Amino acid sequence: MSETADRVKKIVVEHLGVEAEKVTEDASFIDDLGADSLDIVELVMAFEEEFGVEIPDDAAEKIATVKDAIDYIDSKQ
Amino acid sequence: MRRVVVTGLGMVSPLGGDVETSWKNIIASKSGAATITRFDAADYKCRIACEVKPAAHEYGFDANLEVDHKIQRQVDLFIVFGIAAASEALKDAGLTDMTEAERLRAGCSIGSGIGGLPGIESESLVLANKGPGRVSPHFVHGRLINLISGQVSIKYGLMGPNHAVVTACSTGAHSIGDAARMIAMDDADVMLAGGAESAICPIGIAGFAQARALSTGFNDTPEKASRPYDVNRDGFVMGEGAGVVVLEEYERAKKRGAKIYAEVLGYGLSGDAYHVTAPHPEGSGGYRSMEMALRKSGLSLADIDYVNAHGTSTPLGDELELGAVKRLFGDHIGSMSMSSTKSAIGHLLGGAGAVESIFCILAMRDQIVPPTLNLDEPSESCAGVDLVPHVAKERKVRAVLNNSFGFGGTNASLIMKAV
Repeated sequence: MSETADRVKKIVVEHLGVEAEKVTEDASFIDDLGADSLDIVELVMAFEEEFGVEIPDDAAEKIATVKDAIDYIDSKQ
Repeated sequence: MRRVVVTGLGMVSPLGGDVETSWKNIIASKSGAATITRFDAADYKCRIACEVKPAAHEYGFDANLEVDHKIQRQVDLFIVFGIAAASEALKDAGLTDMTEAERLRAGCSIGSGIGGLPGIESESLVLANKGPGRVSPHFVHGRLINLISGQVSIKYGLMGPNHAVVTACSTGAHSIGDAARMIAMDDADVMLAGGAESAICPIGIAGFAQARALSTGFNDTPEKASRPYDVNRDGFVMGEGAGVVVLEEYERAKKRGAKIYAEVLGYGLSGDAYHVTAPHPEGSGGYRSMEMALRKSGLSLADIDYVNAHGTSTPLGDELELGAVKRLFGDHIGSMSMSSTKSAIGHLLGGAGAVESIFCILAMRDQIVPPTLNLDEPSESCAGVDLVPHVAKERKVRAVLNNSFGFGGTNASLIMKAV
């Protein structure tokens, strides 16, 4: 597992209060992890803080799974 | 009008994470006051408060029992306290599994005096230091006062009236009174009613201290600071927590064999129309609210055995309430007992009236009245009134009166009686 993936999963576990084993790369924030649209806004803010990247709204809207988030962050670093 | 009874109780207080723990500690004359731990108050005029204790404490509160981790992260503590107290009350009433038809007739009226002050403070700092793009998307609905009622209705599927009173320190009493009327008027059959508060944060303590409302002379002996009616009182001690009761239409409660704690018989409301923070110099607003509650209750003064006073431990307010109670009770003053449980748990502001109504109900259940702590040297005007100094007192308690008075000159009184 990449370092980015570890840090992303840790943030997801903390923000959504879900068990770590549920946060697989294929997991959908809304369908599998119980997030709503505002939770995703909050997660995106947390990713921005953690990784020092800007995630514009149009990119954020395309982040549906844990893998989407990891890939986007890796592509900007 | 339909009759309204109390069938469930729930509480989070500085002396316990539930009703029975809080009550046991109140009766044992314990104090919930201590040095503030939630932030470093070393530079503040007031450095003490009655905080709700962490889960590991002997009488602490475990938020995880009733409130999802995610919700805890998103909302201010007053909402967490409110959800927990509402859950305890609904379970106590045996109403967690209502049918859809029942839930359409079940609602919430759980308010707060101030609401999410700690979160408003902290997110304002985020805005100032990091800019608008870092403000939490949960900022608004995590601070709004009606979001206890909102969260509880979602958790339990309650589709009846969804309401939240905001009348400063009268909120809890107004919430119960208003919700009782909703049932009496046939708007609902079941209502969760009460109030919650958690404003122990830098701006909250600083603000009330600047308004000269808080005790500042007992920072080294916190448990001595809340001393209603004592000559050395110098202001209130901030408390926090929540009180919620289940109100239910009497015939419905009787039919399902519910445990009935009390009937809400009288509710009085009034305005001082005098000053934003100082009570009317003759206590006339408090007098009129008590008088209205008594008239509506159909009881006589001789029936009321216990008064849970507003009694915040402020120099002015305590005397004026005492004067109004003495004028109202007249010759009957000698046969009743009156105490202020704020001496033990501090002032829960919007939660006070609800928590204190629950103490009134338990006084009737157990036939014991809670004490006024620290009443070492009663002021002159206390003569002839049993203020239950220091220790709880076993006595006959048939009907009770609870007073709550708030900034803005808003007054509420409730009278309840065992059924």
